[in-house]
Amino acid sequence: MNTSGIKGFFLEAGAIARFSGRFFREMLKPRFEFAEFLRQCYFLGNRSLPLVAITAFIMGLVITIQSRPTLVEFGAEAWLPKMVSVSLVREIAPVITALICAGKIGSGIGAELGSMKVTEQIDAMEVSGTNPYKFLAVTRILAATLMVPVLAILADTVSLYGAFLGANLRGAVSWQLFWNQVFSTLVYGDVLPSLIKTFFFGFAIGVIGCYMGFTSSKGTEGVGISANSAVVVASLAVFILDLLAVQVTDILKLN
Amino acid sequence: METNSNTVIKVEGINKSFGDNHVLRDFSTQLLKGENLVVLGKSGSGKSVLIKCIIGLLKPESGTVDVLGKNVPELEQEELDQLRVKVGFLFQSNALYDSMSIRQNLEFPLRRHRKNMKQEVVNQLVMEVLGQVGLEDTADKMPSELSGGMKKRIALARTLILKPEIILYDEPTTGLDPITGRGISSLMLSVQKKYNSSSLIISHDLACVQMTANRIVMLIDGGCYTTGTWKELQSSEDEKVKQFFE
Repeated sequence: MNTSGIKGFFLEAGAIARFSGRFFREMLKPRFEFAEFLRQCYFLGNRSLPLVAITAFIMGLVITIQSRPTLVEFGAEAWLPKMVSVSLVREIAPVITALICAGKIGSGIGAELGSMKVTEQIDAMEVSGTNPYKFLAVTRILAATLMVPVLAILADTVSLYGAFLGANLRGAVSWQLFWNQVFSTLVYGDVLPSLIKTFFFGFAIGVIGCYMGFTSSKGTEGVGISANSAVVVASLAVFILDLLAVQVTDILKLN
Repeated sequence: METNSNTVIKVEGINKSFGDNHVLRDFSTQLLKGENLVVLGKSGSGKSVLIKCIIGLLKPESGTVDVLGKNVPELEQEELDQLRVKVGFLFQSNALYDSMSIRQNLEFPLRRHRKNMKQEVVNQLVMEVLGQVGLEDTADKMPSELSGGMKKRIALARTLILKPEIILYDEPTTGLDPITGRGISSLMLSVQKKYNSSSLIISHDLACVQMTANRIVMLIDGGCYTTGTWKELQSSEDEKVKQFFE
């Protein structure tokens, strides 16, 4: 990366930080766009739900099938539900959910707001006496912040069903034994930190999608760039936040 | 520049640049009550920048933009929002919200500014403005289902729904065929008569300018080059002015 690239990276990071700061200022001001917020919750949650559920189920199934031979080799096949449930709930389900949302929600927000920007719809909103940041960005960021954790909980559950199926493809684990092992293994230290980090994932996806849309330019080409950048930057942010979250939970000995 | 008691917009000595590109240089003009003022200039001459400075979407580097007695660049957001209720803006690209139906597009400004208005009154106003632009049967359609001329009419209807005192038109006939363009121009005139509004029209379409202008300001090299009626400017011997009317 050359110097201007590094400078550009920090300038962009600074601009996203300022955009996030504006979210907190605008969110606290009166006239909350509750109807638009609910509409966005429905759209963002509902649009991503089938994809998240299918992917989570497949991930649970695949991780179980892949882990089984190694555990069998060590004579630890009985630990399969324990090991898989910890992997899925702590890491795989939240991160996969966040990445799907970065692709689906982030690109959707980036493209929608980018298209509104280049066709002067955001200006039209401002001219009609509506704060476009509050109406478009605050509602979408809040909706993403709340919906990603909901989707992650769903992904946790569905992926465990996939794991149950995976455990029974080659072996035989009863329904009751599987869930007994899962719930005896999982503790609050596994579930809560992974749930808390999904709020940050959702916030990052919402902020980055909105920022890319609001700063879109160069006509229709710019809309494509905004959507693409929203996915790339949001996915990178998810990994960075995940790394930070793991470090924090490790330092605080929550695991 | 003298201020008439009938002045609704007074722009005085504004400058606006983007990097090294100095778009507006000491530009001054005024719009009188009930007048149709056309700002005529080449593409890229700064006409849209001027109109965006007037509505407060852009801030000039210097000069004053007085709209209905208020200096726009100095207004707080809340004051600006209140002023914008009295000033309609028709965008060149129409700027209809394409995720909303025509009815929702028209209701949007009403819901922001007439919060306690009953749904029956809102419906009545929506149908009234749709009738004004001759598109009563489009209320439940989406913007993508309409032609360019119909979108322009709906955009005008959205501008009219708050009954503004001033309407700013940014290239109202650009991208339309001559017949539809003439239809939009005559609609602008009928709207002005019905609502007794004042209009500032940005255009380079001579047919539209001839039909609508009471007075024309020529924006050349970022400044107000000359002003006059259609007849006066058409018969001008000045080379820069003649270029437009040839």
